[in-house]
Amino acid sequence: MKSGSNLEKVLEAGHFSVTAECGPPRGADPEHVRKKAAFVKDNVDACNVTDNQTSVVRMSSLAGCLLVKESGVEPLIQMVVRDRNRIALQSDLLGASAMGVRNLLCLSGDHQKFGDDPQAKNVFDIDSMQLINLARRMRDEGVFPSGDKLEGAPKFYIGCAVNPFADPYEIRVPRLKLKIEAGADFVQTQCIYNMDTFKRYMEDTKKEGLHEKVKILAGVTPLKSAGMAKFMNKFVAGIDIPEEVIKRVADEPKEKQAAKGIEICIEQIGELKEMEGIAGVHVMAIEWEEKLNEIIGGAGLLPRPVVE
Amino acid sequence: MITGTPKPIEEILEMVEPYDNIIVAGCHGCVTVCRVGGHKEVEVLSSTLRLARESGGSKIEINELSLERQCDPEYVETLRPLIDDYQAVLSIACGAGIQFLAEKFSKTPILPGINTGFLGVTERQGEWSERCQGCGDCVLHLTGGICPVTRCAKQLFHGPCGGSTAGKCEIDQNVQCGWQLIIDRLKALDQMDNYLKLKPYKGWDSSRDGGPRRIIREDMI
Amino acid sequence: MLPCTGRIEESLLLKAFENGADGVMVIGCLEGDCHYVSGNIRARERVKRVYSILDQIKIGPERIRMYNLSAGEGAKFAAFANEFVEQIMELGPSPINIVRAKTAQKAPEEETL
Repeated sequence: MKSGSNLEKVLEAGHFSVTAECGPPRGADPEHVRKKAAFVKDNVDACNVTDNQTSVVRMSSLAGCLLVKESGVEPLIQMVVRDRNRIALQSDLLGASAMGVRNLLCLSGDHQKFGDDPQAKNVFDIDSMQLINLARRMRDEGVFPSGDKLEGAPKFYIGCAVNPFADPYEIRVPRLKLKIEAGADFVQTQCIYNMDTFKRYMEDTKKEGLHEKVKILAGVTPLKSAGMAKFMNKFVAGIDIPEEVIKRVADEPKEKQAAKGIEICIEQIGELKEMEGIAGVHVMAIEWEEKLNEIIGGAGLLPRPVVE
Repeated sequence: MITGTPKPIEEILEMVEPYDNIIVAGCHGCVTVCRVGGHKEVEVLSSTLRLARESGGSKIEINELSLERQCDPEYVETLRPLIDDYQAVLSIACGAGIQFLAEKFSKTPILPGINTGFLGVTERQGEWSERCQGCGDCVLHLTGGICPVTRCAKQLFHGPCGGSTAGKCEIDQNVQCGWQLIIDRLKALDQMDNYLKLKPYKGWDSSRDGGPRRIIREDMI
Repeated sequence: MLPCTGRIEESLLLKAFENGADGVMVIGCLEGDCHYVSGNIRARERVKRVYSILDQIKIGPERIRMYNLSAGEGAKFAAFANEFVEQIMELGPSPINIVRAKTAQKAPEEETL
């Protein structure tokens, strides 16, 4: 075992795994996280805690992870390279590991332009590819990038994100290959709505044998309404929601659109479960954590396996 | 060249408010080419200030002049014989020129008339765009001649990020994705193998992060 | 002597105001008819920039205007000139001339004191 995390154990044992995410609050109230964690508990193998997503200031990911952990859910810390230089990143990796956080997701982070401090200075000292590599070297070689020996190596199951729907398509698979080479153990994808594009991506991934080198967790996000679908499709870079999906939700009367969104999400998980090379799903029920049980249960993925 | 944009007239008027006898100093270097700090701009700015001040009831005398370059000591020195006759200098050179004047003439306030921009190129008349951040460690040979530090909004060395759509950057539809440009160019050069390599962490110590920089060419001293 | 409105610099237009003009009328050839291809188009852009400067320093942007005429349109020229003069008369002297007039009035008084 590289990290001994629950997520790693479940995946290594060959189970179809489930992760979800919790966005920490826009404030210091720990109850907010505990409430969300209660919805997540027993439904997933690990729960991502986002790191100032879309550059909107929130409680730190590390603090969120600890609160989630206290609530009996295994945390997965998201770490963006936008706000911290390599000194702070290394330090946070050590701190997170010391506090028992065993799963890590390395990200670039949305540009600060989208957040509430668009005038902030961005850091991007190293990029997400290099953060993966940094964490891997610290874990496996027990050294800092400077070569100095660590007093106790951080233990992380290291993840990266991929977006099969971003441009240019042709470098999507080579880029994943590079991330695996850098040290990624698992992948969580951007929300998938366009199954045709995703299947093509998976075919190309399998041709390179990458699905055997890395655990691929397919990302899904239930649509709450047709309005949300249209908004995401239009304004969120790298999100591709086909017309027919939007139509299925839009054809329902307003009060039934959410239920339709959940139904589609469950269907999608069903389809992903059958796809070769998919090791699990990452359910991003954005500010809708209370529906996780319904979605994951509906997809026949409960109870979650216990691997010792 | 070094580019810039004029400061708002209102801001300049506020800056020169305490003075009634100043020099407006242009520069024949980069800022002339990008039409923000050459002699034509000195004339227009001086007229504008005189008109504004006189119609507001407080006249200002202005000596309009331009130096060959405000960043070279021999040209800066040409100001020395007259500097004491004026209360301040409003420089419309780049930040380097403005500071060099301030350094050489310690008793005269030197005021900035422009906001210095970036190292860039002329796309067409009236449009300039950034190309170089002067990071001190060029990798253009590996990236198809397109700079990831400058052209990628996140300065990624393994781009593009998930925010690249149809060749555009997520921050603005008018900004091209630097990494799309790099990839297109690497393909055209048949150098995609460069893309597929893990790049070492960039040493930012050769950039501004290492503190104010200096170049010493022993062979020239 | 200006061979073409394309030779007019912004500084020249501003100088006219410094020299006491209450209004400046720029008359160029008809667009598309420039002997130097785009002289009058350049002039139009420069007039626009001066317009914006006059606006910012509260001299009044309406004190400058560009017209396009051919050499054979004498009557039209007269009409434009009358129209512009009327507009400036309505606006009255430029703020700078008002200040100058006041100072000129004050000066002799001070002398007599």
